Amino acid sequence: MKPTETEGVDWRSESTAAPELTTRERLRETYDEQIRTPLFVAWADWRTRFGFLILGGYLLMALVAVFGLWREPSTSQAPRYLMAFENMQYPLGTTASGTDLAALIIHSTPEILLMITAGAVWATAVAVVIGTVAGYKGGRVDNALMSFSDLVMAIPGLPLVIILAVTFSPENPILLGIVINISYWAGLGRSLRSQVLTIRENDYVEASRTMGVSTPKIILKDIIPNLMPYVTVNFVFAARYVMFASVGLYFLGVLPYSTQNWGVTLNFAYSGGALFSWDAAHWLLAPMVAIMGLSLGLILLGQGLDRVFNPRVRTRMTGKSESTVDEDDAGITEVL
Amino acid sequence: MVNYYVRRTARVFATIFMVASLTFGLIRLLPGGPYTLLRTRLLRQGVPAAEVDARIANLQNIRPDAPIWEQYIDYMIALAQGNLGMSISLNEPVVSILAKSAPWTVFVVLVSTILVFVIGIFLGSLQAYWEGSRFDQVFSGISISLMSVPFYVVAVLALYIFAYQLNWFPTAGTVGRGIEPQLSVAFVLSALEHGVLPIFSYTLGAIGGQALAMRGNSIQVLGNDYVQVARLRGLSDRRIATRYVARNAILPMYTGFLLLLGFRLGGTVILEQIFSYTGLGYYLISALNTNDYPLMMGTFLVITVALVLGVYVADLTYSKIDPRISAGGSDEAY
Repeated sequence: MKPTETEGVDWRSESTAAPELTTRERLRETYDEQIRTPLFVAWADWRTRFGFLILGGYLLMALVAVFGLWREPSTSQAPRYLMAFENMQYPLGTTASGTDLAALIIHSTPEILLMITAGAVWATAVAVVIGTVAGYKGGRVDNALMSFSDLVMAIPGLPLVIILAVTFSPENPILLGIVINISYWAGLGRSLRSQVLTIRENDYVEASRTMGVSTPKIILKDIIPNLMPYVTVNFVFAARYVMFASVGLYFLGVLPYSTQNWGVTLNFAYSGGALFSWDAAHWLLAPMVAIMGLSLGLILLGQGLDRVFNPRVRTRMTGKSESTVDEDDAGITEVL
Repeated sequence: MVNYYVRRTARVFATIFMVASLTFGLIRLLPGGPYTLLRTRLLRQGVPAAEVDARIANLQNIRPDAPIWEQYIDYMIALAQGNLGMSISLNEPVVSILAKSAPWTVFVVLVSTILVFVIGIFLGSLQAYWEGSRFDQVFSGISISLMSVPFYVVAVLALYIFAYQLNWFPTAGTVGRGIEPQLSVAFVLSALEHGVLPIFSYTLGAIGGQALAMRGNSIQVLGNDYVQVARLRGLSDRRIATRYVARNAILPMYTGFLLLLGFRLGGTVILEQIFSYTGLGYYLISALNTNDYPLMMGTFLVITVALVLGVYVADLTYSKIDPRISAGGSDEAY
């Protein structure tokens, strides 16, 4: 969305002007502007389309698992070491202990989706609060918040998560997602702050301030809507980080094996002798493909959304050009 | 300006101090307390009860019967003197284990991160230069696919194919058996041979993100007025590409580079486990599995200090490279 345009609308609707619009018309207008058009643009880009389709596929898998439409994984439920597609009863083949690989993959999905959503919500929410407050308030608040996030950034993420995981051994996927992204917000908060620093100099923010609007309201109404594009894109990347890290940690055997996870499957394949023969290749490959598919979906969605929100591309429809999303941050937040 | 350096340096010490305190606190939070397990083990080995406390105190420079603030002060003083205690599982001073393992981790992380950076910048700038061409499209596609492959997947696959199935590379370790760690041809060759797969798998997946970032930066710079003006002035393409475009496009990635270095230091925890590569990350996990708290906190502390120093160097040199970053922001407070 072009920042100036949405802001104009918001500001007006606040001042109880425009009585000629009924609530319904206004809702309709908002819907058109905020939801229909972006979705339309999003769908026009092949990246978002593929991203949505892939994520939809994983959601479907999660539903299949939740409603019990596929058998639960258990040992000796099938012949051992079936290759993929050898027996269509077990389409992905079986492991050394005769467990259906497809069942392992499918029953891992709900927890993973829950985990990445929780982690991403946590990371972006904290980053938005810290970034906007620090950027808008400036001065001592800014100094304190930024020193704190510098401190958090200085602690290496993965080792910290490992130590925390051992200390608290979280089993709930939501809690686990938050623990994994416990320090992810720091870098994102910093770059949000630098954007707020430019946004707060805008005329309409100045106007709100002189009108005596309270700080929380200014932040909520004038500042945050401008950040939404950047936040949405980074939400997707934060989700991807949770997935990479959680599978990696399950693979290491650091997290408690209370639920199914692709990392657990990968670990069993790695330590169960799949490395030594070609016959067990499918055992390694199935979880890997599941991981890469989900992260590909997330990346495509992120890239596509970037294009939807990025005015440099949107301008082909309207005409003006202005950039809100810094591309130079892309290399900093992606770790794994 | 001096003020900035002093402040920045003070913050390094503050950060390290905070992290050291954090490790102290975390040891106490660990399940069952840090020393109950050790105490029962020592008692079972037939060590007299009177001696057990003295042994434990020797391990982590902590007197278990002292009040907690006294333990804290003792711990911090020992740390400041470079004494990280004794490893429980390996029966060696933690410092000497770290001194042995840190060079390997630094070697792998440094080499692979430099490779990522150089290859990424090279590919990204070529893509930006030929934006929209077939080359750009193909490599953008490759970059996106590479970004979706976590390095441990590459590592396991590389280990599976090149080490176990094709036998081209060793499957574990940092150097071959029986090779003395000294500067000889055999040692260097063996170290390189063992390092190839870890470095390769740690490099491949990360290139995509860097290339895309560099591509975006370069395209942005290419659209600037001063590049047009440089063209109009009739400067050679090479001069424009290196002095005008590359310089400005790489600048924002420079801070990224040292941050990346630090982040990747943490990622070695997984990498070294896969290749049984005895660096810092390997010992962190093995300490974890054997409840060896002194070693665990020692590796954690060393990795953190390395990261803090990396970011510190990045900040200091960045203000040298980019004159716009001066003595920090002095924004009006609302």
